[in-house]
Amino acid sequence: MSRPHLLSIDDLGASGIRELLALTDNMAEVNRRPIPKVPALRGRTVVSLFYEDSTRTRLSFETAAKRLSADTMTFNVGSSSVNKGESLRDTVETICAMGVDAIVVRHRSAGVPWRVAAWGDASVVNAGDGWHEHPTQALLDCYTVATELDRPFEGLRIVIVGDIKHSRVARSNVLAFSALGAEVTLVAPGTLLPPSLEGWPVTVDHDLESVLATTDVVYVLRMQLERMEQALVPSLREYTAGYGLTPARAALLPAHALIMHPGPMNRGVEIAPEVADSPRSVITTQVRNGVAVRMAVLYWLLGSGVALGDEGER
Amino acid sequence: MAERERRTTPPYGGVFVGRTQVMNADDLRRATTRIAHEVIERNRGLEGVVVIGLQTGGVWLADRLAEAIERIEGTAVPLGRLDVAFYRDDIGLRPVLPEAVTDIGASLDAATVVLVDDVLFTGRTIRAALNALNDYGRPRSVQLAVMVDRGHRELPIRPDYVGKNLPTRRDEVVDVSPDGVVLGEMVRR
Repeated sequence: MSRPHLLSIDDLGASGIRELLALTDNMAEVNRRPIPKVPALRGRTVVSLFYEDSTRTRLSFETAAKRLSADTMTFNVGSSSVNKGESLRDTVETICAMGVDAIVVRHRSAGVPWRVAAWGDASVVNAGDGWHEHPTQALLDCYTVATELDRPFEGLRIVIVGDIKHSRVARSNVLAFSALGAEVTLVAPGTLLPPSLEGWPVTVDHDLESVLATTDVVYVLRMQLERMEQALVPSLREYTAGYGLTPARAALLPAHALIMHPGPMNRGVEIAPEVADSPRSVITTQVRNGVAVRMAVLYWLLGSGVALGDEGER
Repeated sequence: MAERERRTTPPYGGVFVGRTQVMNADDLRRATTRIAHEVIERNRGLEGVVVIGLQTGGVWLADRLAEAIERIEGTAVPLGRLDVAFYRDDIGLRPVLPEAVTDIGASLDAATVVLVDDVLFTGRTIRAALNALNDYGRPRSVQLAVMVDRGHRELPIRPDYVGKNLPTRRDEVVDVSPDGVVLGEMVRR
C-alpha cells in the first residue's frame, strides 16, 4: 500500500471528514485520562518541517505525536543547512533517508506539501501551504462545531469574516464546512476577497451586521497587519469599524451561536477582547481539540491501515 | 458522532454462516446468572468491584452481568466499557480502528476489575486490555469473564469465569449474540 497523505480537505470528501471526526472522539477520551498517552504509534517517527513561524500548530502536532507514543523530531529552518543553501528537495530526501514515517510540513508557498509527498517515502501532512490550505485546522474547527453546537451540520449557517484572500484557513474551512452540509457566507471588504469565487460553495456579503442575527457560527479570521501596508484596507481602525466583531455586533448573534478564531488573535482589531473572552467564544476549545484531531490524523495515516475517505469503502 | 461500520473487524468483508447452535438465549441467561453468583462469591460481596465490557462484543454482556449482580445483591456495580484498539500488537499488520469510545468513569486505583468479553481466543485482546487498564489507575486485581472460551491461546492468559468451554478449529468462527452462541464459518464475499 502506498503511503497515505493528508494534503487537502478535498482528498477526504464528506465521508473521510466524518470518519476522522469519529476517531477524534476516541482521541479526546485519551486526552481526558489521568495518563493521556497510548502506545499506538510506538516506533514511528514524525518530523515537523516548518519553513514558516508557528507555535500552536507545531506544538499541537508534536503533542499529538507524543500522546500516541511516536518519536518526534523538529526541523528548525533557522539553524539548518537551509542557511547553507540546501534545497527543499535535498532536505526532504535527507530527512527521509533517516527513516521517518511522517512529515508535517508548513511552507509559505502553495503546493509544497505535494512536492514533499512526491519526493519522499513518508506520509505527508499539510500544516499550511501559503494561501492555499490548512486541512487540520478545518478538521479541528468542524470537530469544535460538532461537539459545542448540539445540532446537525446540515443547514448550519456559518459566517467567515475577514481576510479571505490571504487565508488558507478560510479555504480549507469553506471546503470542510460545505462538504458537511453547512451554508457558508463570506463577509469581507472587496479588497480582501479572492479575485474569483467561481466554484466556491459560498455566498458573499459585505455587511456583517445584517447576517449575524441568523448565524450559528461566526468565524473571525486574523487580520494580518502587513495587509495595511499593502493598502488593502485604509487603516486598522477603519477595518475594525466595518468588520471587527465588537461587543455590539456580538450582541446581535442568537443565544446559541459560537464565536471562533484560528489564532493568533489581534485583540481589538478583528475581535474585541471582551468578545474573545465571552462564554460563547470557543477559541481555547479549538486549541484543545486541535491536539485530538491531529492525533486522529496521525493515527489514521500511520496506524489504522485503512484508506481515508471514499476509497476506504469496502 | 457518526456511527462507524465494523469494516476493521476480521475477517474483513466476510459473511458469517452459522452451522451449529451451541447455546440458546436461555442458556446464555443462565450462564450469566451463574457467573454473577461466582463473581459475588469469589469477591465476598461487591466491595470495590467494577465491571468493564470490552468493545464491542463484551459491552452488552457486561450490561447483563451487572444487571444479574444487582438482582442478586440488590446493589448496583459501577459499569464501564473499554476499547483496546490503541494497545493492540497488530497495528501496522492489519486494519485497526476503535469501534467506540472508551468510557471508564472512576479511577481504577485499588478496584477489583471484572473484564467481560464474548469470546476468549488467542488472548491478545486481553493482553491489550490489561495494558489499557493500567492507564486508568492500578487495580487491586483484574478478573476475566467470558461467555465462550474457544482455546488456541497464544499468550499465558486464562479466564476466571467461563460461560462455556467450546473446542473449536482455528478457522471456525464463534458468534455470540443475545439469541445465543452459534459456531460457524466466515465465507468470503
